[in-house]
Amino acid sequence: MNYNWNWGIFFQPNPMGTGTYLDMLLSGLVLTLKTAALAWIIALITGSLVGVMRTLPSKGANWFGFAYVEFFRNMPLLVQLFLWFFVLPELLPKAAGIWLKQLPNAPFWTAAIGVGFFMSARVAVQLQAGIGSLPRGQKMAATALGLTTAQGYRYVLLPMAFRIILPPLTSEFLNTIKNTAVAITIGLLELTGQARSMQEFSFQVFEAFTAATILYLLVNAVVVTAMRFLERWVAIPGYITGK
Amino acid sequence: MFGNLDFDVIRRALPYLFYEGMTFTLTLTGLAALGGLVFGTALALMRLSGFKILGRIAGVYVDFMRSLPLVLVIFWFYFLVPYIGQWLTGASRPISVGAFASSLITFIMFEAAYFSEIMRAGIQSISRGQPAAASALGLTYAQTMRYVVLPQAFRNMLPVLITQTIVLFQDTSLVYVLSITDFLGAASKVAQRDGRLVEMYLFAAVVYFTISCIASFGVRRLQARIAIIR
Repeated sequence: MNYNWNWGIFFQPNPMGTGTYLDMLLSGLVLTLKTAALAWIIALITGSLVGVMRTLPSKGANWFGFAYVEFFRNMPLLVQLFLWFFVLPELLPKAAGIWLKQLPNAPFWTAAIGVGFFMSARVAVQLQAGIGSLPRGQKMAATALGLTTAQGYRYVLLPMAFRIILPPLTSEFLNTIKNTAVAITIGLLELTGQARSMQEFSFQVFEAFTAATILYLLVNAVVVTAMRFLERWVAIPGYITGK
Repeated sequence: MFGNLDFDVIRRALPYLFYEGMTFTLTLTGLAALGGLVFGTALALMRLSGFKILGRIAGVYVDFMRSLPLVLVIFWFYFLVPYIGQWLTGASRPISVGAFASSLITFIMFEAAYFSEIMRAGIQSISRGQPAAASALGLTYAQTMRYVVLPQAFRNMLPVLITQTIVLFQDTSLVYVLSITDFLGAASKVAQRDGRLVEMYLFAAVVYFTISCIASFGVRRLQARIAIIR
């Protein structure tokens, strides 16, 4: 392979004047994590609401939940980001559209919101499955104790369901981190974006992508380990995984 | 709200969008699903083969691929494939690989990791008695897999495999980062040429949505029809 390896490239100053190439990649990593964190908060909140709606004894709520999930699941994430980024400001009333377009950090907010809503549909499906996996008796017992529907969800169903779906939620969180890379298309300089621009500035393709790969693997390992601890901590006594 | 939109731009771009763009997207989806399934099944068989080293290699490959963003993998292969080609053919310079070949290789390698997990679950869902019965009948390992285990595993997992293919169909839009003219790429090129981003992206969204919706509706029908009654 006639490729000029130069692993020292990471310690050379980058052309942006923001330190070395390594600093550039690390700033990308920080942006990836920030975007993913905000997106995950959005995904958890809206996903939980929609997931609960799909299990409520109301036809309207069920239908809304179904439509919501189908809407966000049947379009590529890239197309959804374009809709948020290019299309939404044009369809809003003029003043709102101009305000949106002039937001500082527009790619960051768009990416967080776009990835967040995309993932919320997946969270909703997981939560629905989690609630569905509980024995019927739990809901009945909650009703028999005189809890309202809201109280039943708050004190009985959700604390159980969330602990049961913790492992699949971990992989959805990892997917959220990975999906932020799609935001490179709307100009967000997250980890993949920074690796790409490092490659364009320095022509050291494989060093740049190797570093990005290692950083993604590290993040993955940290998240998986942290979630293992969380899983053990919240395990339900009496279940196979419990204490 | 829709007052100053010009939907005629879509009608004029239709031939380009579908003949160039959608053909690319669907060919890529189909071939990548097929290649990913074959390679993924091989990975699953390696993992379940009982040979520690083979299983370990397949496991590391699958975990590795599944922890990277697809966009990064697309970039990796786009730059790596010419060098691999040079190494394989012994040429003196990195060979040039077309956009289609490059993205096809990427998606086969990437999707194989996901397909292998599905096939692994499928193979493990076959009861232990079946391969035992097969070897009692004198079938070799290859024959057992070919005639007994894989057909059932494939059938059990067909809905999941198709669902993964729908995900793949949506993911192929990411070749956009290489400026390839797939369906979204074509839409985006027209959008930028005519300054009609809103119309073109809305149209692309509707097309992806319709195709994925019909396909996932089909999966639900199929699931009900082919379920083996035990």
